[in-house]
Amino acid sequence: MSSFDFLMQGLGAALDPMLLLYALIGVTLGTMVGVLPGIGPALTVALLLPVTYGLDPAGSLIMFAGIYYGGMYGGSTTSILLNTPGESASIVTALEGNKMARRGRGGPALATAAIGSFVAGLIATLLLAFLAPHVVKLALVFGPRDYFALMVLAFVTVSAAFGDSTLRGLTSLFVGLALACIGIDQLTGQARLAWGVPDLLDGIEVTTLAVAMFAVGEALAIAGNHAGTDDEVIAVKGSVWMNRSDWKRSWVPWLRGTFIGFPIGSMPAGGADIASFLSYSTERKLAKSPGKEEFGHGAIEGVAGPEAANNAAAAGTLVPLLTLGLPTTATAAIMLAGFQQFGLQPGPLLFATNPGLVWSLIASLLIANLMLLVLNLPLIGLWVKLLSIPRPWLYAGILMFATLGTIGANPSAFELGLLLVFGIMGYAMRLFGYPIAPVVVGLILGPMAEQQLRRALSISQGDWTTLFQSGVSATLLALSAIALLLPLVLRAIGRGKALSQFGGDED
Amino acid sequence: MNGDDLRFQRRPDRAALVIALILAGLGGVLLFDAARLADVGGGYSGVGPASAPRVVGIGLVLLAIWTAVEAVLGKFPARPRQDPVPLFWIVGGLAFQLVTLKIAGFSIATGVMFAFTARAFGKRNLAFSIPVGIAASFLVWLVFAQLLMLSLPAGPLEHLFFPGVK
Repeated sequence: MSSFDFLMQGLGAALDPMLLLYALIGVTLGTMVGVLPGIGPALTVALLLPVTYGLDPAGSLIMFAGIYYGGMYGGSTTSILLNTPGESASIVTALEGNKMARRGRGGPALATAAIGSFVAGLIATLLLAFLAPHVVKLALVFGPRDYFALMVLAFVTVSAAFGDSTLRGLTSLFVGLALACIGIDQLTGQARLAWGVPDLLDGIEVTTLAVAMFAVGEALAIAGNHAGTDDEVIAVKGSVWMNRSDWKRSWVPWLRGTFIGFPIGSMPAGGADIASFLSYSTERKLAKSPGKEEFGHGAIEGVAGPEAANNAAAAGTLVPLLTLGLPTTATAAIMLAGFQQFGLQPGPLLFATNPGLVWSLIASLLIANLMLLVLNLPLIGLWVKLLSIPRPWLYAGILMFATLGTIGANPSAFELGLLLVFGIMGYAMRLFGYPIAPVVVGLILGPMAEQQLRRALSISQGDWTTLFQSGVSATLLALSAIALLLPLVLRAIGRGKALSQFGGDED
Repeated sequence: MNGDDLRFQRRPDRAALVIALILAGLGGVLLFDAARLADVGGGYSGVGPASAPRVVGIGLVLLAIWTAVEAVLGKFPARPRQDPVPLFWIVGGLAFQLVTLKIAGFSIATGVMFAFTARAFGKRNLAFSIPVGIAASFLVWLVFAQLLMLSLPAGPLEHLFFPGVK
């Protein structure tokens, strides 16, 4: 059977009324939470994970996919109408989008963001569907050493290649890897770093860590800052519809953004923020009159391109996640945790053992995308109201849901204590400029990398050179070395500015 | 940024030195635990349960040295000035919730935490915000514990409305 047949079967399964309802609930919740200022997609999925605990795997993952896409849509609304983007991938959207809103063109800005996200989501999800079987075939010939090398590459790109300091990126990663060592060793059953505490034997929950770092850490960081004033929400005046010239100026950037975003998202090369940044600079360079003069003052191309790139990259990150089980962003790491709560391990085997689930998940991404377009354009006024929630209630609510999720997963004082400790750690890391995503990715990917390495070394009977004897792993390790060393050199000779612009603390 | 900040940057950064110490300590803990596990051995791969903690521990110690060097050179970015009072309210609220969760139940413990957090962001009237917080938490408890079957500890308030729940 071809991808197309599988996708059609998946669509058939996803059109089940119950699953449609789950998808609808997912996109609605995702948009609602994603719109809230200060909440990016990573926190959105982490906060809403408990909502899906009670469902069966298919329903839960479909709701989860809706939450993921919904959070991405919601984030763009925040950055256009409020100059404080909820997610780093939307910072670029805020550059032009917020200017457009200030000039009374908030409606078309929101429309081009929503339609651009739809177009990009549609194309990228289809690309995902057609690409996935091929990557799976490729992945089946991957041995443990190749997986290990792939994970090393993901470690480096997520921690050291971008952002403003190799030292701080690597430190975050190693803190995550250290936390990953806690618990029972998967191969020998030895308890590591548990100190006789039974709660530690299962290791640190990814969701507890992510919620603590993103929600509690963020709340503390905002509260501790002196200049904590409310930002001004810009009212949407006039029509939300785009006129003829808006369409004409938007459609090419949408497509370009999609084809910039998807490859970046699908390679372990960093998240959506890089894609949207590249798309922005491309649009800026290629813009013709009147867009050329408008750049910096609210050019619609500068919203259309990055928003499309952002969503295409988000779909792209699902390629390594679903086909290789490799999360390359904090959001993907939490989604992986969502799979694992049902004992499902994404990867080539999941396509073989549970194709129905995988394909209805991919199909429901298409459906969620369509729902989001419908939800976002006519109902935009409703979401905008969420932006004006006063900060005290907003953060009180965020912490309520953060603790709710932790208690719901494991109703113990110990787990809440971990939430508090990691929250304070997240605050300190923000204060000192450490990125957050590498900790989360290190925690979930660390044990997987360790297992692959030990398997590889068992096969080679302890011979480390085996890692360089396969073409795939040697290439990947070489790439990792370049990704680690090149930024160090660039920063040393004073060319590191562009790198720090790519660094975000989320996604 | 004013002149004071710049001068502060030139001096060894004490807070960053503390970070270096913490990282070295964390690395030491990993190495200590790895030493305890070392005799288990790694079978014929030569890599056992102690190997990964040992590698990560060595990495952390090296990063601690690197951090100390950057701290002495004053290379850490300037930090925004912090107001400690709101931080204490939030941490206090979370600590209160942690301690009282089992006795007072989800709604009361979470409601107080909610009000303390709102206090940190400027809603000072606790006589108003604590009842609001408890009411909101009770609604959340209703949805998640009764509808979505999440196990959220019940206390006196929950038992008042639902005498049967655990």
